[in-house]
Amino acid sequence: MARSFLQVAAAEEVAPPLRVVQIEGLVMLKIIKHCKEFSPALVTGQLLGLDVGSVLEVTNCFPFPIQEEDEEIEADGANYQLEMMRCLREVNVDNNTVGWYQSTMLGCFQTAELIETFLNYQENIRRCVCIIYDPSRSNQGALAFKALKLSDSFMDLYRSNNFTGEKLREKNLSWVDIFEEIPVKVSNSALISAFMTELEPDTPVTQRDYDRLQLSSSPFLERNMEFLIECMDDLSVEQQKFQFYYRSLTRQQAQQQSWLQKRRDENKARKAAGEEPLPEEDPSNPIFKPIPEPPRLESFLIANRIANYCNQINGCRHCCHYNYYYCCYLLPLLLLLLVVLATIRCYCSFCHCFCCWLLLILLLPLSIVGGGGGGGGDGEDDDDDDDDYYYYYYYYYCSY
Amino acid sequence: MPVVSGYNSSDCPIRYFQNPSSRSLLFESRSEEKKKKIRMAASDRTVLQFGPSSAATSNVTAKVHPLVIFNICDCYVRRPDQAERVIGTLLGSVLPDGTVDIRNSYVVPHNEFSDQVALDIEYHHTMLKSHLKVNPQEVIVGWFSTGLGVTGGSALIHEFYCREVPNPVHLTVDTGFRNGEGTVKAYVSVNLSLGDRQLAAQFQEIPLDLRMIEAERVGFDILKSTSVDKLPSDLEGMEVLMERLLTLINDIYKYVDDTVVSMIIFLFLFYSQIVLI
Repeated sequence: MARSFLQVAAAEEVAPPLRVVQIEGLVMLKIIKHCKEFSPALVTGQLLGLDVGSVLEVTNCFPFPIQEEDEEIEADGANYQLEMMRCLREVNVDNNTVGWYQSTMLGCFQTAELIETFLNYQENIRRCVCIIYDPSRSNQGALAFKALKLSDSFMDLYRSNNFTGEKLREKNLSWVDIFEEIPVKVSNSALISAFMTELEPDTPVTQRDYDRLQLSSSPFLERNMEFLIECMDDLSVEQQKFQFYYRSLTRQQAQQQSWLQKRRDENKARKAAGEEPLPEEDPSNPIFKPIPEPPRLESFLIANRIANYCNQINGCRHCCHYNYYYCCYLLPLLLLLLVVLATIRCYCSFCHCFCCWLLLILLLPLSIVGGGGGGGGDGEDDDDDDDDYYYYYYYYYCSY
Repeated sequence: MPVVSGYNSSDCPIRYFQNPSSRSLLFESRSEEKKKKIRMAASDRTVLQFGPSSAATSNVTAKVHPLVIFNICDCYVRRPDQAERVIGTLLGSVLPDGTVDIRNSYVVPHNEFSDQVALDIEYHHTMLKSHLKVNPQEVIVGWFSTGLGVTGGSALIHEFYCREVPNPVHLTVDTGFRNGEGTVKAYVSVNLSLGDRQLAAQFQEIPLDLRMIEAERVGFDILKSTSVDKLPSDLEGMEVLMERLLTLINDIYKYVDDTVVSMIIFLFLFYSQIVLI
């Protein structure tokens, strides 16, 4: 259907939904360097790039200095930002802010401040994204990059400040709908790809693999459990607030009912006496004052955090188990195989037989120890059932 | 083989011009008494051969982080049309054992004519201040340029950086792949003087260590290809790792196998010799 030029110009542009975030390798390295340098302190920085259709390209970034809590330094921060962007513009870097990045410690980034920052950015930029990098999880060998943005339904609801229970039920919004994770794609220019390919030959095993193979994930698991327990405490505090609210609400309603009943009796008496009936409402009475409902945002965020920790613990458990199965069962199996083959060959040479027996004597205890270690790995099953229990319980609870 | 970049035969000090753009500033003239203008012949290079490096520079080595190479390549790709090469400042620190640890870099706009070099000094200082605000430990340790080898213009720029930091390191990154490979080289300069007259600056190559540990953390398969569709999740990465490990174990097994076979053959021959004797 042909449209006139005027029609096309008048038609409002509908932005295609954001489908993927394309990051350059340079940006990843910069973020990793900045976050690792200042770990465990949490740092932030600005992302620069281009918004093209349904892809958000992030081509460069710069870090923010760590600011002390001082009022006069806020102007400094804005100055720094402006200067950096001006300087980068001069060397042909994309001068367009597309979001910000921040580092996190074991995944506890879902806070009210994040939402506030998102809304601040959203006022000026049509599409912005927040990249979360977790240096502690990266030490375990995974690349913990996540691109987040707030879902539109949540943003509308939050802006209208209507965060009550009924509104949420109406819009069918639960705690999973607050943040939306966008898949991340990595791109590199051809020049840097050529350089990397040439400067670093293909090694069979890299540093990241060594990190991942580290079997001692218990400190990581411990920290996760610690944070999970803290979150549970926070959630129980929120629950108590709600319980208190509902109790006082019912109490107030009971009071209202009894007052209403008294009024009605009074009115009947007055009617019998022939007097004017009194109004059935009395707004000045404190028992008619509506009690404010406690905000649900915090409990939603806590639920998000709990889900995150549970996922991390589950992932850790899977990795652990694979480690144990492969390294503790496969390895001694292979060694035994080697030994058996060597012993078979030893029939060719009598002297060699002695060496093979020596080998067998040395390797047998090793494989037993390995197998025993693998057996010990099975004990990990216990605490995960508990997490799943909590996870499902709160999922049910929070999505009523 | 150290390369020497010689000045022109007339040994007068160099005076530089004010760039028409008001913000950038060229080098000030070196001495007020000698006001003779000389032309910097950038193409006039005297190459001399010298023996091994002097004691002062023999124990300097440089360590470069992969981010620096990435940054330089990115800046080269974004350079303005008329520029043939890009130059910029290197930031880092000097470790206690004398190694220069190059951790960060930023490009500085510059103009190169046939006989003059113009560098935007104000930009350089602004960026330096901004970077120092984020990380005060990263100071200037030298400068970089793209292209193979050291040219005459580089000598001038190096002189400027000598004023900022006592012994700057000059890093060249050959983005043109002129030798069929991407060469990354580091130099320090030694001044050659006769009496109290500056003759030339000798650029000596120093050993360079490209530490790719951070790049390894990100994963080379992500950094080497021009596009990766999805970041590998934990389990996928685990799967890849297990496959690699199995390949390694198979290799080791094959190696042990071959060693055992060769040992058997050797022992067989040895004992057969004894039996025969």
